Amino acid sequence: MSNADAPLGLIAELTHRCPLQCPYCSNPLELARSAAELPTEEWLRVFEEAAALGVLQLHLTGGEPTARRDIVALVRRASELRLYTNLITSGVLIDQAMLDALAGAGLEHIQLSFQDLDPANADRIGGYAGGHAKKLELAERVTRAGLALTANFVVHRQNLGRVPEMIRLAEALGAGRVEIAHVQYYGWGLVNRPALLPTRAQLDEATAAVDAARESFKGRLAIDYVVPDYYATRPKACMGGWGRRMLNIAPTGKVMPCHAAEILPGFTFPSVREASLSDIWYHSDAFTRFRGTDWMPEPCQSCDRREIDWGGCRCQAFALTGDASRTDPACALAPDHQVMLEAVRESEAAPADLVYRRIGAGTGLAKPPGSGAASQSAMPQEADGVGP
Amino acid sequence: MTLDEASVPRFGAGVRFQHDRVRDAWVVLAPERLFLPDAQAIEILKCVDGRTSLGGIIDQLAARFDAPRAVLAADVGAMLQDLADKGAIRI
Ligand code: SF4
Ligand code: SF4
Repeated sequence: MSNADAPLGLIAELTHRCPLQCPYCSNPLELARSAAELPTEEWLRVFEEAAALGVLQLHLTGGEPTARRDIVALVRRASELRLYTNLITSGVLIDQAMLDALAGAGLEHIQLSFQDLDPANADRIGGYAGGHAKKLELAERVTRAGLALTANFVVHRQNLGRVPEMIRLAEALGAGRVEIAHVQYYGWGLVNRPALLPTRAQLDEATAAVDAARESFKGRLAIDYVVPDYYATRPKACMGGWGRRMLNIAPTGKVMPCHAAEILPGFTFPSVREASLSDIWYHSDAFTRFRGTDWMPEPCQSCDRREIDWGGCRCQAFALTGDASRTDPACALAPDHQVMLEAVRESEAAPADLVYRRIGAGTGLAKPPGSGAASQSAMPQEADGVGP
Repeated sequence: MTLDEASVPRFGAGVRFQHDRVRDAWVVLAPERLFLPDAQAIEILKCVDGRTSLGGIIDQLAARFDAPRAVLAADVGAMLQDLADKGAIRI
């Protein structure tokens, strides 16, 4: 299918290196080593191709994107290409000089992730002493520099009760947007699911708190909140639909419709080293296989929501059923919906211990880290129509 | 934040209104947001410069499009209020 629209966003995972080691990290279990990362010139070429293809927003992520020495040069080129540039960071490596350089290079927005509100707890989760204090300080400097700030909180059963304080902290830090994102249960998150999935009661309380805050902070603080699929009756349109809006490029140059797609068997994800971004977007098997509705099984094929949620998430379908082409089990109409209900029941039992991520740990024995990876981001942008 | 005719609307931090050459379309780019303004909204947003008040914007548009001011005032106010509620416009 080559009649697809041009992509709106590019997620560039610049590196898997990260000074933190969150147990819900969305990076793959097999982390790319730094020698395998795309060099500067290749990223610059990729940004040029992306802009020509119609990409409007560039999300620089990782791992920790500022672990790359060329981060300022990358931002500068993106901004020259008029890409809206967003840096998704844990913030612990950004000092005043780097912040000034990034702002000067044309960065628009910084999304700063917080592991928790309580400094000791946050540092324990991220596995980085003093990290939380650094983030608070950075947040203040970001808004002083005139950059837009999003505070990102990844929530799970161990911190979900503190959502109201998270929102208040975001506002106090001068953020224009706060993202309350539940852990996504792929990769490291799936390994740790029993310890992280909240109970129904916890979730309802948090959702009510978000609704109340949306009303009272209207116009001052945009609140994005992503509920875990495990408690939904209909799935989310993962990434706005497979190959419809977003491209995700891994540190090695592999291009995927979604950062989690790497787990899917039977796919060869093309690399920017071998093909043009345009060719990959419009013609590669990886992007066209689940694009649109032709591939859908029942009950999706005859469902009137098929162009709303696009059958849900392929990676979740695979992770939970072993077959990426099945209806997302998050959907209550899905033949496999039972697996979601079982996971929920399991979550009501006592939490298990967390397994911390590290490079070379395979499926992750609880050893210390080495390198890092991307934060959990709520969602790609929605294209909203505006008009009187 | 409720706009009145004395308020001076401006784009918030990290919000950009620009023409996209690839699609030949105007877009509003904001943190994790993308808005596609319609033809009327585009004309309104072109007047948002951080100096002109809402009343002034309505005057400009009324003169340019030779339209009754009262009708324009309601449309322009509602459109900018909507973007203000979404955090893209600040006053
Ligand atoms: S059946 Fe398929 S298309 Fe319909 S709601 Fe469920 S996942 Fe979406
Ligand atoms: S990349 Fe992973 S380990 Fe690093 S801050 Fe983000 S979630 Fe935590």
